[in-house]
Amino acid sequence: MSSSAWLAPRIALSPKRERALTGLSFFLPLLLWAAVSYAPFIWHPNIEITEPGSVSYFQEGMQVERAAFNEELERQRAAGGSLPDGVRANPVYLPAPHEVAVAFYTSFTTEPQRRSEQWLHQSLWHSIQIIFWGFMLSSVVGVPMGILCGTFAAVSRIQEPFVEFFRYLPAPAFGALAVAILGIYDGPKIAIIFIGTFFQQVLVVANTTRQLDISLLEAALTLGANRRQLLFKVVIPGILPQLYRDQRILLGWAWTYLIVAELIGTSSGITWFITQQARYQNFDNVFAAIIMIGIIGLLSDVVLAKLGKTLFPWERASHKA
Amino acid sequence: MADLQLPSYLVQSETVKARFDELKRRDVILEVSELGKTFESANGPVTALEGVNFRVHRREFVTVIGPSGCGKSTLIRVLAGLEAATTGEVLLAGHPVDTPGPDRGMVFQGYTLFPWLTVKKNVMFGLRNQGLGDADASRDALQWIQLVGLEKFADVYPDELSGGMKQRVAIARALAAKPRILLMDEPFGALDAQTRSKMQSYLLEIWRHIDTTVLFITHDLDEAIYLADRILVLDANPGRVNEVIEVPVPRPRSPAQFLQPEFLSARQRLDELIHPPSATEEAAGLDLSRFVGSGEKTDAQD
Repeated sequence: MSSSAWLAPRIALSPKRERALTGLSFFLPLLLWAAVSYAPFIWHPNIEITEPGSVSYFQEGMQVERAAFNEELERQRAAGGSLPDGVRANPVYLPAPHEVAVAFYTSFTTEPQRRSEQWLHQSLWHSIQIIFWGFMLSSVVGVPMGILCGTFAAVSRIQEPFVEFFRYLPAPAFGALAVAILGIYDGPKIAIIFIGTFFQQVLVVANTTRQLDISLLEAALTLGANRRQLLFKVVIPGILPQLYRDQRILLGWAWTYLIVAELIGTSSGITWFITQQARYQNFDNVFAAIIMIGIIGLLSDVVLAKLGKTLFPWERASHKA
Repeated sequence: MADLQLPSYLVQSETVKARFDELKRRDVILEVSELGKTFESANGPVTALEGVNFRVHRREFVTVIGPSGCGKSTLIRVLAGLEAATTGEVLLAGHPVDTPGPDRGMVFQGYTLFPWLTVKKNVMFGLRNQGLGDADASRDALQWIQLVGLEKFADVYPDELSGGMKQRVAIARALAAKPRILLMDEPFGALDAQTRSKMQSYLLEIWRHIDTTVLFITHDLDEAIYLADRILVLDANPGRVNEVIEVPVPRPRSPAQFLQPEFLSARQRLDELIHPPSATEEAAGLDLSRFVGSGEKTDAQD
């Protein structure tokens, strides 16, 4: 083993190893998926019929369980009928990687089946807008509220107990209520994202604000800062980098509420696409759509992380030191 | 030190005596009378300070020293207005003060620089609070940064600086707001010995060049003597002023004076006050035989 062990507690890896492991973390699940899909002896519990033979209910292309197929095969052999034939296959709900890869492309190029329906990119864009507005509205209210809670004990006392209570109420439980109040289109969906994010946000931001070193506030006081200056020139700039990291994590939470939100009222967005495709048993499309959500989430987080580095140059200074 | 024939710490040379006479004729900047501070704790009230009285004159350098737990940090926090006094009064140039303000600059042991501001912006902080325009504040700040010798680092963030440099910025930042008095709470306590001694000389140099009064908390006896005109020696439980020592060491000071008789005489007196004989006896009374049993034999063989 080289001078730096792979498993040294809390020691950073070399950039080379870091890249290698990042690659592996995606490659290994893909490898597992490929193995299950392409090596018939690992799983493949079904038989896809290529030749129905004399079995009355077999059709070309249908899948039966292997035990059922073997039973019919034996029966035909004994009865002297023409023998059915088939290949081992995975269930339809587990398409192979290449099928999903193809679906990734074709799902964008396939025309909607009905005129009222949307193209995939339109569905995706609709989902992104729901997330954006839900998270935006939550942040506009939640972040200032959190900062005030973290700064002033009185504000914290009058808000946080109720917020603590409310955050235990599952956001989807408000679905029916949201529809009754806000109609069946985007209103209730944005409301669910809002409810799911807002209460956590207040508590997380309040906590972050409390983490700010109080001696910075004391130093500012001895430099003649008044309450307003304390808030705007010390507290807010002081917590900004951590606040930004909080927001990235909270944005991830907002995404987890998306699917539930989009099922409320008229189903819409990427959720509509997924449920629709599942109904047609186009599981390759379903997988493609789920992976797309993951990619959008990951990409936006990577972009935000990079942006954070340029927004807070003093953070870079401390990492260098 | 006992066998050394030292003059009394009360003996002052002509120049030192003249300096003290002149000092005492100056205006009183800080007057503390009957100051007391009691904290509420789970085990009932704890008296940190009781009946503290002293005065600091303009351009005087006063250090405060005392055993741990004597409330020296509480004292300076009350003076800064960060804690409210329970009893008594603090007068700054004749006016009572009980909230923080830019007239009492403070340098903390933790550096407390704003990490999101560059060195220059940190120093500008107090100036901007006073309503100074950006250009004026910037020009002023640069002068103070120059005074502490960090002009090359004006646009650098604090986390890129060493501990000593950070503390120099903190001093520049406090001074830039033009305080009547500079309060320093063990400002060099976190620094290594070498940096610390450099910083002491720096501080004296800065103090010599500007019209400022300094109240400096420390637990380091040599530091207390080296910097001070007068030393306020505090007692613990409750914290109160035990003695005020006029340091008989002439100015300007230099580290070479550490071994001169005046310095040592003050040092000896501080030793008596901070480490009274009773404490030494206590340590001598510890039964260490269980731990040193085998060691004694080898010592005897040597």
